[in-house]
Amino acid sequence: MHLYNLTLQHATAASHAIVGNFSGARQQEIIVSHGTRLELLRPDVQTGKIATVIATDVFGSIRSLAAFRLTGGNKDYAIVGSDSGRIIILDYDPKTSSFVKIHQETFGKSGARRIVPGQYLATDPRGRAVMIGAMEKAKLVYILNRDAAANLTISSPLEAHKNSAIIHHIVGVDVGFENPMFAALEVDYSESDQDPTGEAFMKTEKMLTYYELDLGLNHVVRKWSEPTDRRANLLVQVPGGQVAASDRFDGPSGVLICAEDHIIYRHMDSPQHRVPIPRRRNPVEDSNRGLIITAAVMHKMKGAFFFLLQSEEGDLYKVTIDHEDEEVKSLKIKYFDTVPVASSLGILKSGFLFVAAEFGNHHFYQFQKLGDDDEEPEVSSADFPSFGMADPSSPLRRAYFRPHPLDNLALADELESLNPVLDAKVMNLLPNSDTPQIFTINGRGARSTFRTLRHGLEVEETVSSELPGIPNAVWTTKVKEDDAFDSYIILSFVNGTLVLSIGENIEEVQDTGFLSSAPTLAVQQIGADALLQVHPHGIRHVLADRRVNEWRVPAGKTIVAATTNKRQVVVALSSAELVYFELDLDGQLNEYQDRKAMGSTVLALSIGEVPAGRQRTPYLAVGCEDQTVRVISLDPESTLETISLQALTAPPSAICIADMLDAGINKSQPTMFVNIGLQNGILLRTVLDPINGQLTDTRTRFLGTRPVKLIRVQVQGQPAILALSSRAWLNYTHQNMMHFTPLIFETLDYAWSFSAELCPEGLIGITSSVLRIFQIPRLGTKLKQDALQLSYTPRKFITHPTNQYFYVIESDHRVPGEDVVQTKVQELRTRNKTIDEEIFHLPPEQFGRPKAPAGTWASCIRIIDPIERRTVHRLALDNNEAAFSIAIVPFSARNNELHLVVGTAQETIVSPRSCKSGFLRLYQFTEDGAGLEFLHKTETDDVPLALLAFQGRLVAGVGKALRLYDVGKKKLLRKAENKTFSAAIVTLNTQGSRILVGDMQDSVAFAVYKAPENRLLVFADDNQPRWTTCATMVDYTTVAAADRFGNIFVNRLDVKVSDQVDDDPTGAGILHERGILMGAPHKTVLLTHFHVGDLITSIHKVAMIAGGREVLLYTGLHGTIGVLVPFVSKEDVDFISTLEQHMRTEQVSLIGRDHLAWRGYYVPVKAVVDGDLCEAFTRLPASKQSAIAIELDRTVGEVLKKLEQLRVTASGF
Amino acid sequence: MVSLASELRYTANTQLEHLHARYTGTGHADLSKYDWLTHQHRDTLSSIVGHPPLLSYVAIGDGESTGRVKFELTERMLQPCGPPPPKDED
Repeated sequence: MHLYNLTLQHATAASHAIVGNFSGARQQEIIVSHGTRLELLRPDVQTGKIATVIATDVFGSIRSLAAFRLTGGNKDYAIVGSDSGRIIILDYDPKTSSFVKIHQETFGKSGARRIVPGQYLATDPRGRAVMIGAMEKAKLVYILNRDAAANLTISSPLEAHKNSAIIHHIVGVDVGFENPMFAALEVDYSESDQDPTGEAFMKTEKMLTYYELDLGLNHVVRKWSEPTDRRANLLVQVPGGQVAASDRFDGPSGVLICAEDHIIYRHMDSPQHRVPIPRRRNPVEDSNRGLIITAAVMHKMKGAFFFLLQSEEGDLYKVTIDHEDEEVKSLKIKYFDTVPVASSLGILKSGFLFVAAEFGNHHFYQFQKLGDDDEEPEVSSADFPSFGMADPSSPLRRAYFRPHPLDNLALADELESLNPVLDAKVMNLLPNSDTPQIFTINGRGARSTFRTLRHGLEVEETVSSELPGIPNAVWTTKVKEDDAFDSYIILSFVNGTLVLSIGENIEEVQDTGFLSSAPTLAVQQIGADALLQVHPHGIRHVLADRRVNEWRVPAGKTIVAATTNKRQVVVALSSAELVYFELDLDGQLNEYQDRKAMGSTVLALSIGEVPAGRQRTPYLAVGCEDQTVRVISLDPESTLETISLQALTAPPSAICIADMLDAGINKSQPTMFVNIGLQNGILLRTVLDPINGQLTDTRTRFLGTRPVKLIRVQVQGQPAILALSSRAWLNYTHQNMMHFTPLIFETLDYAWSFSAELCPEGLIGITSSVLRIFQIPRLGTKLKQDALQLSYTPRKFITHPTNQYFYVIESDHRVPGEDVVQTKVQELRTRNKTIDEEIFHLPPEQFGRPKAPAGTWASCIRIIDPIERRTVHRLALDNNEAAFSIAIVPFSARNNELHLVVGTAQETIVSPRSCKSGFLRLYQFTEDGAGLEFLHKTETDDVPLALLAFQGRLVAGVGKALRLYDVGKKKLLRKAENKTFSAAIVTLNTQGSRILVGDMQDSVAFAVYKAPENRLLVFADDNQPRWTTCATMVDYTTVAAADRFGNIFVNRLDVKVSDQVDDDPTGAGILHERGILMGAPHKTVLLTHFHVGDLITSIHKVAMIAGGREVLLYTGLHGTIGVLVPFVSKEDVDFISTLEQHMRTEQVSLIGRDHLAWRGYYVPVKAVVDGDLCEAFTRLPASKQSAIAIELDRTVGEVLKKLEQLRVTASGF
Repeated sequence: MVSLASELRYTANTQLEHLHARYTGTGHADLSKYDWLTHQHRDTLSSIVGHPPLLSYVAIGDGESTGRVKFELTERMLQPCGPPPPKDED
């Protein structure tokens, strides 16, 4: 088995985001790290929308990201800390629109290790130095400078190590132009490691240490080290230094130390200030719980600065410092707004806040005000004795606030993010769809969603109106060449033509010069200010003064096909002749003296647009009934001579020549594509060689069941092609790459570009008798998402075998259950305590739910109708039970009636796993599955993490035990058990009497149930321990599984062993066989292994296109959706593997991680080719492309075609 | 011969010492079970913090924000396996 890994959608989680002027223009941009991918986002300040400029795979794991700017520079650079053991400085080059690696300095081993720097990055605010730190001990300082040619230089590293110090955070201290200084939050463990009494551990202090880089001595010294709050977790830079022109100080310098419940201002030789972090006063909240700040951002304006700190609940606080020169008068904090919990915050100078959410969609807010003069209570350090530091060891009196809906911020844009994907199903449920949809459960807590993902572009309909008849075509046209917008809509019916004018209203007009008594074949704005209509009996040339020049078809003939552009017209007559017209310099349409006899009825014609600065396009493509396409010259020297011919497999239904940019073929200028649609729904795309007119590089794609229609349209000012069959597809250029994506819209009969003042970038289409005007808002996306809100973190979901409903289990840790909240509120009410109803009833989707101590759970079972996208029924669990597993079981003891079994546990502690009691809850379906009736519950001794229907009974993984249950009147009855598993059973799969058991720490084992002896026996397991997250059976002897570290692998059992086990009726043979390596008597063999870089949460064996091959589709926690495609031939394997080898040397990782080492992070990569790397071939410079192609003995076109073919045949994407 | 062997031992030891000083967590023949386990735990904890998907995974399971999980895991690195066993008085 050899697999090809292809990512269909990259991870959307944002672990870091930085703001800066990366392109050197005045506008600020955002660089987001998606873990293994860097994306540059550019916000549009006017509209407040964010657009992706580029996104690049780095083939490594990004752990930290920082922006810096050299003194006096106008451009920011990005520094990346990763698992490559190297520090990387990246520059964004706007000319090539790519990240350029300026510096790559190696300092240690690769991998996210404890003492290899990369976890923390801190830059000097003046851009003179950077510190890169590890989790423990190691800190390196690099000096940044520029050389004589103004290039950025980097020094050799200076060590600032401190042995046995655990680093919590580092930050650059703003000291103006004095020696650069870095502050680190460190804990020394050397003493507590030596003291058996534990006293030293109790006394261990967290130290705030200043490291000074002495630029004169080229040396780093520990300047100052003082103990601070033991529960400090984050440092924030405070502005400092003197403004060069005046004596004024920018700020007091120093750092803000964010600790549990407190914010402390601290600087060398100056008094500390401390304020409590205000908190919500929720009646059901665990009031013993501390509150920490998890994200922070500082913003400097002219002469002022403020901080936005975000707590783990999502509340933003505005922190300000009153200072006189370097002396701090007070530290003030107040509640600002509540936004999703962020991994990074970024403030743009144009007044926007970017919230890179740790889970769920990312948000982009516009500042409405800065919360300066509102009623919000403010806490100041000046209100406390000694600025809150009278007794640093005891907490300050708590401050409270009332959360409110967004007040200071307004949502401007939202970036969809699947992160985290907890489970998925792939199936085709929606009507009128021939490809499967991906259903996912995402999110965390109250922001959880159920999403439907469909392959295609989202379409926004603006107008839809009923027409008197059924038109067969629609056009729009301008009146003059330089008009900004279209003026007329022309609709062609079987027996006439209707002209509508576009203005305030869309209404019918008569006096346009168009013939209304006949259908129309083509409409064109021609020359400077004339219009052209082609109808079956002639061509009408409507001049600006409404005079009409008409060319009539000779008697007995009609026009069957026509194609036009701004200067040329070609029509095909029913006598299989071509007539060619060209506009002369006086604006007269002249017929070429000869007509060309084609010998076969012409079905389709196409000419391209007139190239800029030219008189004509030199090529005409003609599709004939004899299943050929001919390219015919329109050049004056060889007019109407046939240049080349291509045979087809079916009669053509449409042809469209378009010049489009595809950087894979030609980076500098558009390529002339001839698209040929066939009557059997297949589209051929060939490249027309502009020199000799030959058709080369044919690619095919199945579009749908109806004959293909092709229309040239404008999308984002660039030519695109709309291909209509039973589905509509759009072929367009986005970020220089060609995309071919279906539209998620009703079947269109015909369409055209539409441009009006209100809808400048629209399309107009007809579906039977309805006229629709629509737009495509999100070009570049491949999956359309539709979401349904859930209440708690969804854990798993299953489908019903007969109805279309989904059954989802949701459970949230540290959240009180609904019954607990009710009782607590009742209790408070009976004790006559006032409850702040407003805070109690805050919408949880925005503010989250109050936190409770560990071991408290809220949970529910939800029935979802995925087609209507609505919740059918919701069942909350009580008794502090949380649902962990779900199965639908046809119990044979009850005539195979389907039952829902939900595995729950009471008072569960996550780590180390324990619970008061586990339960298996049994439900009966009511109302055809739309309701549930509780029957009974069975206690178990551990958490049931996996359930599965098995031969009319239930097989359950209860902690370490695999058990077989049958249904009883009051309880489930335990029938058989096997307790040989090492940690906990997390996945179960079955075929026949075989059960595949995935253990949390010990990979996937093969077990068999021997009914005669009622034995559950493990007969084979893996020879490596694996922290299994999900597994699926590929066939009877093969399993595909993934582990917690981002690996995906396929294991296979020897067929002989498999047969032998099946032939043994009692299982006595297995029982008495000797185990190997303290495990089962047989071992599975590793077939393939690959490190994805995202934690895989589900694997599915599924065909992605109708009639296509089955592939393994996986979803990753951070939003990755990918497929593993089995290769069909040995040649393909050889070819693609060789290409991958070449790509490894050509496409060096942006963060300096070795590709082979990355894909073999934990176990060497085996029998999997990285398609993402191979597809980077399309972005290589032409010279490198051809060099690789020569090595492979192919042409560049052949390589590109192979890559596209692999993607299209496997996934349809 | 004696001088050569002693010199070898000498250089080998300095190399080993150098390794231990440079790479925290490197094991040696006399490593106690407690030390080994503590190193293992510290390595594991820093690895969870260093791999964003793993950190998210722990955060989702535990119902905490990633920032809180990162903080608590880093805190736990101080003494992940409790206080060291008392030294033998001999």
